[in-house]
Amino acid sequence: MYNSFVFFLLVIHTNLLFAQHQIIDVCKNACDFKSVQEAVNHAQPGDSIFIKKGVYKEHDIFIDKKSLHLYGEEGTIIDTDNKGYGFKIEATNFSLENLTVVNTKVSYTTDYAAIYLFKCYDFKLRKITLKNAFFGFLIEKSKNGLVEGNTISGSGSTEANSGNAIHLWDSKDMVVKNNQVFKMRDGIYIEFGNNNVFENNRSYDNRRYGLHFMFSNDNRYSHNTFTNNSAGVAVMFSKRIIMNNNIFEKNWGTASYGLLLKEINDGEITHNTFRNNTIGITADGSTRMTYYENDFIDNGYAVKFVGGSYRNKFHKNNFLYNNFDLSYSGGLNDNSFDNNYWSDYTGYDLDRDGYGDVPYRPVKLFSYLVNETPESIILLRSLFIDIINFSEKVTPVFTPENLIDQQPLMRKVEW
Amino acid sequence: MVEFKDIYKKFDKNEVLKGINLTIQNGKTTAILGPNGSGKTTLIKILLGMSHPNKGDVLSNASSIRQNWTYRKNIDYLPQIANFPENIKVKEIIRMIKDLRNQKTRDEELITYFGLAPYLNIKLSNLSGGFKQKVNLVLSLMFDSPFIILDEPTSGLDPVSLIKLKELLKKEQSKGKTILITSHIMSFVEEISDHISFILDGKVYFDGSIDQLKSTTGEPNFEYAIANLLKDNHA
Amino acid sequence: MLKILKYSFFDLVRSRWSYVYFLFYLLLSSVLLFLNNNISNAIITLLNVVIVLVPLIGTIFGVMYYYNSQEFTALLLAQPIRRRSIFMGQFLGVAVSLSLSVLLGLGIPFALYGLFQSNVIFDFLILIVVAIVLSFIFSGLAFNIALSNSNKIKGFGYAILLWLFMAVIYDGAFLIALVYFQDYPLDQFTLFATLFNPIDLSRILILLKLDISALLGYTGAIFKDFFGTLTGSLVSLGVLLAWVLLPSWRMLKVAQRKDF
Repeated sequence: MYNSFVFFLLVIHTNLLFAQHQIIDVCKNACDFKSVQEAVNHAQPGDSIFIKKGVYKEHDIFIDKKSLHLYGEEGTIIDTDNKGYGFKIEATNFSLENLTVVNTKVSYTTDYAAIYLFKCYDFKLRKITLKNAFFGFLIEKSKNGLVEGNTISGSGSTEANSGNAIHLWDSKDMVVKNNQVFKMRDGIYIEFGNNNVFENNRSYDNRRYGLHFMFSNDNRYSHNTFTNNSAGVAVMFSKRIIMNNNIFEKNWGTASYGLLLKEINDGEITHNTFRNNTIGITADGSTRMTYYENDFIDNGYAVKFVGGSYRNKFHKNNFLYNNFDLSYSGGLNDNSFDNNYWSDYTGYDLDRDGYGDVPYRPVKLFSYLVNETPESIILLRSLFIDIINFSEKVTPVFTPENLIDQQPLMRKVEW
Repeated sequence: MVEFKDIYKKFDKNEVLKGINLTIQNGKTTAILGPNGSGKTTLIKILLGMSHPNKGDVLSNASSIRQNWTYRKNIDYLPQIANFPENIKVKEIIRMIKDLRNQKTRDEELITYFGLAPYLNIKLSNLSGGFKQKVNLVLSLMFDSPFIILDEPTSGLDPVSLIKLKELLKKEQSKGKTILITSHIMSFVEEISDHISFILDGKVYFDGSIDQLKSTTGEPNFEYAIANLLKDNHA
Repeated sequence: MLKILKYSFFDLVRSRWSYVYFLFYLLLSSVLLFLNNNISNAIITLLNVVIVLVPLIGTIFGVMYYYNSQEFTALLLAQPIRRRSIFMGQFLGVAVSLSLSVLLGLGIPFALYGLFQSNVIFDFLILIVVAIVLSFIFSGLAFNIALSNSNKIKGFGYAILLWLFMAVIYDGAFLIALVYFQDYPLDQFTLFATLFNPIDLSRILILLKLDISALLGYTGAIFKDFFGTLTGSLVSLGVLLAWVLLPSWRMLKVAQRKDF
């Protein structure tokens, strides 16, 4: 009895919604409106606007405090024709779906975006394609939005004349997932943003970072792939970032790395794969980080510490075929490197407990030398270096005592 | 005609030749004799341009051999120790030297003469010392040059081969060839040579025919005559 | 000279050691290619082997061949042949046969693997070129050592010492200099020091062609700037050529004056 009553109320409510809110269509001929802006101006809050396929030469489409639901179909293209923003929105409870916005204006003074949101709450941006974008989604002072399934690409050839694909500023409680961003400056950029989630995005071929955090705490990013960016992910001045199940690969170049940690602490790095990066992780002043069950494969350096880094814990990671597993300069205290698997480990396990009986020193003498005298890298792959690395391994003199895996694993960690 | 003019040669501090003046006459067989280490082989090597004198010069047909290599086209040389590349067969080395010199040869004739035909396909490293010496002889004599130099030609040869060698040399002499030999077998030297040059202490101690040698020393026996030369010196 | 070259070459080609040397490279590159499946990594590993082994084998082979063929050389010297031709021919015979072992040993597996379709062909070509140049350089140096030392043991000793110096000690001294003078700008010095050791130069020339060059960082960028230019290529080519020509020239000069 009670159940059927609730159901009855629901049906009534939905009917009322549909009764109140109209669907307005936009097209070149025989529709309610010919331009998107006109439709927006005439729509009532709660209305939907269906933009039929066709090219609309419009820019700075402004939605001012109206809850609208704009959607298009395949072939619905808003061409801003290099004249400013695509959409400028300040509203709550709205959505944009199935649209293509192209040709955003490039400027060195104003951050023109294909879609600009300011003080927006409870919104959705779904299945939107941005091409030739300067900035893609520029989202400021907003909350509780969903950015899903979008494809954003730029054309900027340098870092200076390209913007970020998804740029969050002072925004929180956002979910950004299943997006593809490429050929931009940063794939995804977050500044002063807390409690955001980034999932299943693919960020590649960007001029700078695949994903970039500044002054943002308590965010999580998972199951993303960062490929062939100038650098994969940069996490700077942020706390409690959770990073899991991401793939960082092919960030290859003299100044490239998979993940940069700068002045951050209390983060978790779990189940990530770092493959074919010049440097897997560059840690510059990072503290109380947990590295658990990550794979470092075929990198130049797997992990490179450049500033003082304290109380980090590496546990059950796989270090496979990297040129250097670990390199450091600056202070390294209270870090623990126990129970990892190192492909370079040549020790034995007589008691068959799965742990090597001889400790492993992940810092080679050569990587120590290169830190002291960078020019000595030029001796890379020479016989002399092989010899001194070997002698250091047999009788360690230079590498510090606290950089030791006391119980290296004999088998690769399966996770 | 070959002329050694005031040849000096030292190895480190050891002066081997101290002013050798010697003429090898055309059409004659000259034996260079002397005790072990007296510099016989060195003198030959200087003639061949393999060693360089510290002082002095060698004239071949009145022109200096310095910086010259073409005069060697007219020389057949049998080195003292026959050591050949190991991996190579008898016929290959013969073909090789023929190819290198690119002159008319009589190798077939000499191979038959020394009975080497069955050994042509054997590697040189598997040959005995005597056979190596026969190969050596074929190699050096096959060009039929007017000037023959033989450094210890008898070493390793059995009596039959020795006789064959003597007969061959006599034939060459009858063709009017100039021959220069060194040997320790005095009977061989006596039988074959017209002229003796005895080197001692780096100088030509005696230079003349066998008869002259015998009369100078007063010894009718050649071997004793040579020994006498040595004894006199020590006295 | 060509005749001498031909005979020395065939003499060596038929020797057991040439086969061993050839088979070693054949096996190594086959294993690396077909088990590893990564051409770039295979080239890096081969680079490591080539820059150590080619000089070592070149020196040892050169010295060994000279001493082993001394009697034959004497036989040739008595023939109406120029001395220059004899020694040049023998040296080239050794260098060419060594080069051929490397070329075929590395080349056959790569060809079978289908290298000619892949774009790493140039990386591979430079590896081959470097291996061949190193063969020439070190057999030439070996002939020099052997010519100047009639004592075989001494000759072998010096040959090994030469290799040790070029392959190991030089880099050690280089590194010490770098660490000692680290407060000074070292780019020029590094460049010069690398340029004058053929082993280091070869290593860098190959490394710069490979992805791994990103690891060389700032220093690598300077090297790339230099070797990438026409001048740089000409200079490095010139240095390598000088390492072949100067020892050959000295070899001929010494041989001309030497008593046999």
